[in-house]
Amino acid sequence: MSKRIVIDPVTRIEGHAKISIFLDDDGNVSDAEFHVVEFRGFEKFCEGRPYTEMPGITQRICGICPVSHTLASAKAGDALMAVNIPPAADKLRRLLNLGQFIQSHALSFFHLSAPDFLLGWETPQSRRNVFGLIASNADLARAGIRLRQFGQEIIETLSGRKIHPAWAVPGGVRTALSEEGRKKIRGWLVEAYLTTQTALDLFKKTLQNHQREMQIFGNFPSLFMGLVGPDGTWEHHGGKLRFTDSTGSIIADQLNPQKYFEFISESVQGASYLKSPYYQPLGFPAGMYRVGPLARLNVSEQMGVPKADAELKHFKRMGHGAVTSSFLYHYARLIEILACLEWVERYLEDPGLSSRDLRADAGINQLRGVGASEAPRGTLFHDYTVDRGGLLQKVNLIVATGQNNLAMNRTVAQIARHYLGAWNDDEIPEPMLNRIEHGIRCYDPCLSCSTHAVGQMPLHVRLIAPDGKVMAEAARG
Amino acid sequence: MAAKTLTIDGTQVSAEEGATVLQVARDHGIEIPTLCHLEGVYDVGACRLCLVEVAGIAKLLPACTTKISEGMELKTNSERLQKYRRMTLELLFAERSHVCAVCVSNGHCELQTLAYSHGMEHVRYDYCFPKWKVDVTHRLFGMDHNRCILCARCVRVCWHIEGAGTKNVSGRGASANIINDLNQPWGQSDSCTECGKCVMSCPTGALFHKGSTVAEMVHDRDKLEFIVNAREKKQWIV
Ligand code: SF4
Ligand code: SF4
Ligand code: FES
Repeated sequence: MSKRIVIDPVTRIEGHAKISIFLDDDGNVSDAEFHVVEFRGFEKFCEGRPYTEMPGITQRICGICPVSHTLASAKAGDALMAVNIPPAADKLRRLLNLGQFIQSHALSFFHLSAPDFLLGWETPQSRRNVFGLIASNADLARAGIRLRQFGQEIIETLSGRKIHPAWAVPGGVRTALSEEGRKKIRGWLVEAYLTTQTALDLFKKTLQNHQREMQIFGNFPSLFMGLVGPDGTWEHHGGKLRFTDSTGSIIADQLNPQKYFEFISESVQGASYLKSPYYQPLGFPAGMYRVGPLARLNVSEQMGVPKADAELKHFKRMGHGAVTSSFLYHYARLIEILACLEWVERYLEDPGLSSRDLRADAGINQLRGVGASEAPRGTLFHDYTVDRGGLLQKVNLIVATGQNNLAMNRTVAQIARHYLGAWNDDEIPEPMLNRIEHGIRCYDPCLSCSTHAVGQMPLHVRLIAPDGKVMAEAARG
Repeated sequence: MAAKTLTIDGTQVSAEEGATVLQVARDHGIEIPTLCHLEGVYDVGACRLCLVEVAGIAKLLPACTTKISEGMELKTNSERLQKYRRMTLELLFAERSHVCAVCVSNGHCELQTLAYSHGMEHVRYDYCFPKWKVDVTHRLFGMDHNRCILCARCVRVCWHIEGAGTKNVSGRGASANIINDLNQPWGQSDSCTECGKCVMSCPTGALFHKGSTVAEMVHDRDKLEFIVNAREKKQWIV
């Protein structure tokens, strides 16, 4: 007879993380499930709307990564119109995405994750957050907050802060980068580099103290997926898809993201509302893959910019073939911030960004269009089917958190296995809760709970026996 | 024509016989909110936003269709009127589905502007959320009935400025809606000249240029006025 452990939202508030940990007959952890309530009904809600409204509508799916959705949506629109957007528009969209990466990664690292590993796992929750970080390392915390501001500044400079218009639109973008905007962005760069470098040094130093975390926070073989350029260079908005395995071998390369449905299948499992996609040729669950910073760095041969390339070399040495520990998502995130800064600097030198040729004009030329873009958390797909006039008939969104769902489950199981041993207690050990929380945070899942109450993730963990009986539970709001 | 003398909000004014309360008020710098009124076409009194109080008459009267008379005493901004105007606005919102944040007209919408200026913070009535299909069959323009307030401006400009007579109102009450020709998809209308005047005239995001994204649709009313002036007064002043 095996048992089950659940971490459930205490009061089913949207965005709370509910975790079930399954025990086998001997009380060992056999499996875990991380459930999220997300996206229900959204795809239905869009049906009947013109595709041109989608970049505006979808950026409201999620308050945390609106830019990613608006970009993927605009790209899906390009596909429906069957146009190549003007080169300046592509660069401007990229610049916007870089801004989004910087702000999102800075939030994840400095506000949400750093307090855990810089302040120590056993620090009480009330202090293990960005405020605690400010108290103990004010300079770093402040620099982190400013780095995030810089990312937001790029977004605002491009798309305007007024009524949150969809600036990236089917066919291109609405406005160019002004000379003034260019100056403003450039003015931040020195400081941003400095902060990123400091964080990188600090992270690498603390890694020595986190060997155990590296071992148990989602360290397992899996596939990795991300967009890459034709020569395997890191991509974040264009390019084609590449899958590698945990030995670092390329399983498939230059797959057309528009045809994702030919090689990615989705399984909707158990009580989880998230769809769990897998690489179809390998079947389920062998086709499980991870997306996001760790995956992107694993599939990329180079970042295409010197400073980040030097870091990438260092990163690659941390694995045999691929870097398989999800704890190193944090490191990958920092390297990506560095790459983003270098790419931003490059784009600022590009006179093309002031071009007035920003938008391709066309009607509907294709009834199905897929837009794929890298969001900070991983590859994002918007798949639209429209009628002749451009009204949506069907919408399918594949989000990063869904793609990482299986990996998050395994991470939770791995951590639980380590901390529970053979469970025969009545209590769920507190250190385990902290670690599970962080294990999930490595993926920076896009749930409202991941930013809820700065640094505290509302969790509900339950241990469940094979007969479905709840053996123990622990909750925290 | 004879001049008439009347009082608006305590101020004595005189104006030509045959003028409407709205015209006279505006000539004297008194603002009365309107939605269905459009310079250049006749008034129909459809929106009831311009209601005013006339001394001695219990009913509120629409300023746009009420002619002035000698000795008339008017109130254009009493508490009672403000209350009714807010209610009218709320009912307009509740009747269809207005989600300004993702609307093509966000920031350039007469309905939205009035809601702001009348302090409409929320709608006290339940939204009806009717399911109107968006018509994007036309090559150039789209129509989203979910945002239509049935002001019939588009109908009037289509008939009386362009002279095509494509647009009409069909049905009654809550199921009334704007149709093209004999209730065909817009793209199949034989009479539509594709002039776009209806789109220019629309106060909301109901009529739009195809391809417009959020907040991108700005209705250009000046062009309509220009055409009317040119035609009626032989003045070609931009
Ligand atoms: S038509 Fe006006 S009031 Fe209605 S949703 Fe659009 S902006 Fe808002
Ligand atoms: S479509 Fe526009 S102009 Fe025509 S009736 Fe509706 S709101 Fe008025
Ligand atoms: S403006 Fe007078 S009723 Fe609409």
